[in-house]
Amino acid sequence: MTNASGTPHPGPGAASPVYLDSASSEPLHPAAREVLLAALDQGYADPRRLHGPARSARLLLDNAREAVAGCLAVRPDEVTFTASGTDAVHRGLLGLHAGRARRGATIVHTAVEHSAVLHAAHWTAGEPVAVAVDRLGRVAPDEVARACHRAPGGATVAAVQSANHEVGTVQPVAAVAEALGEVPLFVDACASTGRVPLPGGWAAAAASAHKWGGPAGVGVLLVRKGARWRNPFPADDRVDERASGFENVPAALAAAAALQAVVAEHDMVGARQSALIDRIRAGVAAVPDVEVVGDTEDRLPHLVTFSCLYVDGEALVTELDRRGLGVASGSACTASTLEPSHVLTAMGVLTHGNVRVSLTRDTTAADVERFLAELPDVVRGIRAEIGL
Amino acid sequence: MSTPDVNLELDCRGMLCPLPVIELGRRLTDVAVGGTIAVVATDVAARVDVPAWCRMREQEYVGEGVAEDGTPRYVVRRVS
Repeated sequence: MTNASGTPHPGPGAASPVYLDSASSEPLHPAAREVLLAALDQGYADPRRLHGPARSARLLLDNAREAVAGCLAVRPDEVTFTASGTDAVHRGLLGLHAGRARRGATIVHTAVEHSAVLHAAHWTAGEPVAVAVDRLGRVAPDEVARACHRAPGGATVAAVQSANHEVGTVQPVAAVAEALGEVPLFVDACASTGRVPLPGGWAAAAASAHKWGGPAGVGVLLVRKGARWRNPFPADDRVDERASGFENVPAALAAAAALQAVVAEHDMVGARQSALIDRIRAGVAAVPDVEVVGDTEDRLPHLVTFSCLYVDGEALVTELDRRGLGVASGSACTASTLEPSHVLTAMGVLTHGNVRVSLTRDTTAADVERFLAELPDVVRGIRAEIGL
Repeated sequence: MSTPDVNLELDCRGMLCPLPVIELGRRLTDVAVGGTIAVVATDVAARVDVPAWCRMREQEYVGEGVAEDGTPRYVVRRVS
């Protein structure tokens, strides 16, 4: 079957596929690729040993740590490289939880945290408390503070993301930190790092390199100097006491190089992406019975989420893919659990027919126009099949 | 008050999203303006999607109850 816009498998002359899922994973930044290839040959040895190759590896690791610290305006000794963003989230959240085991029992988190936070919170002995969000997906600082105050046995830690990974809404992290008082704050900054500045006020925070254009398999755990953090997992005898396992030195260095590059180009790329997202928000809103969600202003620059009434999310993603457009969805039918996105549910917005579009640093206006040209036809086609 | 009388009850047990809401959209005009429809659905997404549908289609969401077998039942009033 062919149509005016393309074929299932683009042949010669067909438009190349457009990847619009950077919020799941950003393509490797060219600066990271160069550094990674060089570091593979230089950073293989055990950075804890005392011979020459080990000193080279150690130097690269320390360089990576300093570069990341510089980009995030933190101290190098506050930076730990972990095996993934999820690993950094687990260590950050559970380490603060363990550090306050004598003073509390309960983890408090927003209802729209990433599943890595939710899984870690539910892994503890206590019953975590979720704090509701408004229709835009934003939590109120005083409600987080109130939940901590009322938490059974006392709150150990409050988890508030820097910005939401599905809808882009930025959270009032600094105001939450102020409202919390002595309860430590964990900030999952995986969705925002390299895209908007890291907010302050946290005792621990986490980021993920493949979301800013670094390689996968590198997370960054930040623990504020003086924060009461205790390793929640078995100890190891590595360079960094907060991590375990042999350091992936080349990948850490490549992640740092990518972060330096994206921070340097952030003003230009962010402004361009934000304008393209405005264009998508306006274009998509013109399709009948479509709800664009999340904050229009105070949001991440590179992503937008919307839901199409009467449309099956899986059918939508599959048909867009057939037309060369790669997007994500939070609809139940696209999840292995058959549960709709807990983020959309917490916001009280339509969960079916959901699409998240997120731009890479290379996404062009032409890519966006192509998406906007295809979407109405795809939605119309799926609705026509069910007679609506 | 868990199973208030309605003008039309849609049995959407076993249907996955978005089928319960599609059914609701299709059958809205089967009741007069001012009339009520209940969507009885096992699909967990219906709890969010029926109220969201009401907001988007400018109909009134009356609330959630349970059917006799314990299945969630979402009541909507047609206002236009």
